[in-house]
Amino acid sequence: MEHCPTIPIVPAAPAPSWDQLIRPDHVHGSLYTDPAIYQQELGKIWFRTWVYVGHESEVPKANDYVMKSIGPEPVIMTRDKSGAIHLLHNRCPHRGNRVCMTEQGNARSFTCPYHGWTFSNDGDLKGYPFPSGYEGVDRRELGLGRVARVASYRGFVFGSMAEEGPSLEEHLGPAMRAIDALCETSPEGEVEITAGFLKHQVKANWKFLVENETDGYHPSFVHASIFEVAQSGIGSLYSAESTAVSRDFGNGHTENDLRPEFRKRDVPLSWFGTTADKLPDYVGKMNAAYGEEKARTIMIDGTPHIMIFPNLFIAEIQIFVIQPLSVNETVQHVTALQFKGAPDLNRRMRQQTMGSVGPAGFLLADDAEMYERTQMGVQMRNPEWLYLGRGKHREHRDEDGFLIGDNTDEVPSRGIWRHYKSMMEAA
Amino acid sequence: MTMTPEQRAALEDVTQFIYREARLQDEHQYDDWESLWTDDGVYWVPANGDDIDPEQKMSILYDNRSRIALRIRQYHTGKRFSQTPQSRLRRLVSNVEILSDDGQEVRAAANALVFESQTRGDTLWASRNEYVLRRQGDGFRMASKKVMLVNNQKALYSMAFLI
Repeated sequence: MEHCPTIPIVPAAPAPSWDQLIRPDHVHGSLYTDPAIYQQELGKIWFRTWVYVGHESEVPKANDYVMKSIGPEPVIMTRDKSGAIHLLHNRCPHRGNRVCMTEQGNARSFTCPYHGWTFSNDGDLKGYPFPSGYEGVDRRELGLGRVARVASYRGFVFGSMAEEGPSLEEHLGPAMRAIDALCETSPEGEVEITAGFLKHQVKANWKFLVENETDGYHPSFVHASIFEVAQSGIGSLYSAESTAVSRDFGNGHTENDLRPEFRKRDVPLSWFGTTADKLPDYVGKMNAAYGEEKARTIMIDGTPHIMIFPNLFIAEIQIFVIQPLSVNETVQHVTALQFKGAPDLNRRMRQQTMGSVGPAGFLLADDAEMYERTQMGVQMRNPEWLYLGRGKHREHRDEDGFLIGDNTDEVPSRGIWRHYKSMMEAA
Repeated sequence: MTMTPEQRAALEDVTQFIYREARLQDEHQYDDWESLWTDDGVYWVPANGDDIDPEQKMSILYDNRSRIALRIRQYHTGKRFSQTPQSRLRRLVSNVEILSDDGQEVRAAANALVFESQTRGDTLWASRNEYVLRRQGDGFRMASKKVMLVNNQKALYSMAFLI
């Protein structure tokens, strides 16, 4: 194997109009490679819209905290003594030092090691040493930076750095129903995130990851190796004959709706590659919680496969949190979903997640390989464009008015780019 | 403390086993590598620390024997794209110590430094490895290998080769 030369990143022509880069079924390669475009994305997307940060179950007790991020910026997610969740910038307002250096813990306050300024876990400045040097200074103006808006939906905590804008509910829209369905997989109606994250870095632009999550075309090829040797039952969901559909919910949220295939199978827990007799405790609790009829529906339909723009991918048994570091470096944080009251299901969730994702995963190592090779490819020219036309002729509206197509069609990618363009064009 | 001749012999045998395992990994001799394992072997690469509970927390790799076999079968399809083309690999294993030896099982540890050259670029991986080697027939079989990457608390690039 010859050494692969590094291809320099070439900026696109200055200040292109988004119309010139994003067409209905083509996008320009520079959208993935131009550092100037990445800088604009930070302002127009990552530091403006609602970004998924963490889950309330990661800070279960008063004064718990965990290190999270919004795009490339680290933020501390804290729970104060009253139980309220805060998102704080990890930057001392004095000299810019980091005030927290541990991944998680329990603390009522954070003390900057440089000059000893101390902040409560809601961000307020509690005090500084030798205070006579700050006579007349208003401490209230010297707290930790706070993410402007914090909101959560069913335990999923989102932050927006914009003071004003659509509410979280407006942003999520129909994606809320997917989160509801996810929570209903628990006999107690709650998801928990307790298994710790694998952090998988790739040399690729973040949008390749977002698009890949609901690209139903690639699994038959990228994952052929594991489908051939493991009886997973996933492969047929993404065949040309699959009755599953791809859907664009708007606002950049997209899904592969696998329920038509699971309903055809009509076997509870088939979505999880197992059967009810293997998980008797779970099935019993589901029947008790929802009644047999509804429990059966939940266990046939399974959990969603939805990409919530820009960074939360709910992938049936795990969640991925996408974090851009630069124009061509991205980290996927991934962990097994855990359902409250379902220890037998959760154990298998963890085992399957460890097998399939992360740096050595049966699935994700190969996805990562594709992101990285694609990133190399789009730095080259001729053609300069990427083609997103698959299934354009057959996309149509479902009964709720959402654009849908075959599961292998590029309805999701086109939807993501439509939303992206509207965000980048916004004042 | 001076080693007895028996201890010296055991250390030499363990070291040779570990060198052989390293070479089979470097050269992608998947079947020969798989044959080093006992039927109850566990291959573990923890994440976010060295002493996490793998039954509760995510690990980069936590393969029981059947999952080790699945991993090997996946390589053999020729479509494991993260290893097609294969990484070029060379590793140094040193600081080999026997931690305990009850006559049937040896617990051993070593440090490893792996240089990987892959399509993405070249990556250096460093780890502390712990092995449980079981005496079977005239040699050892590996009942456990735990690879504690020095940087396992950080984001890592794909590591689809045998570490």
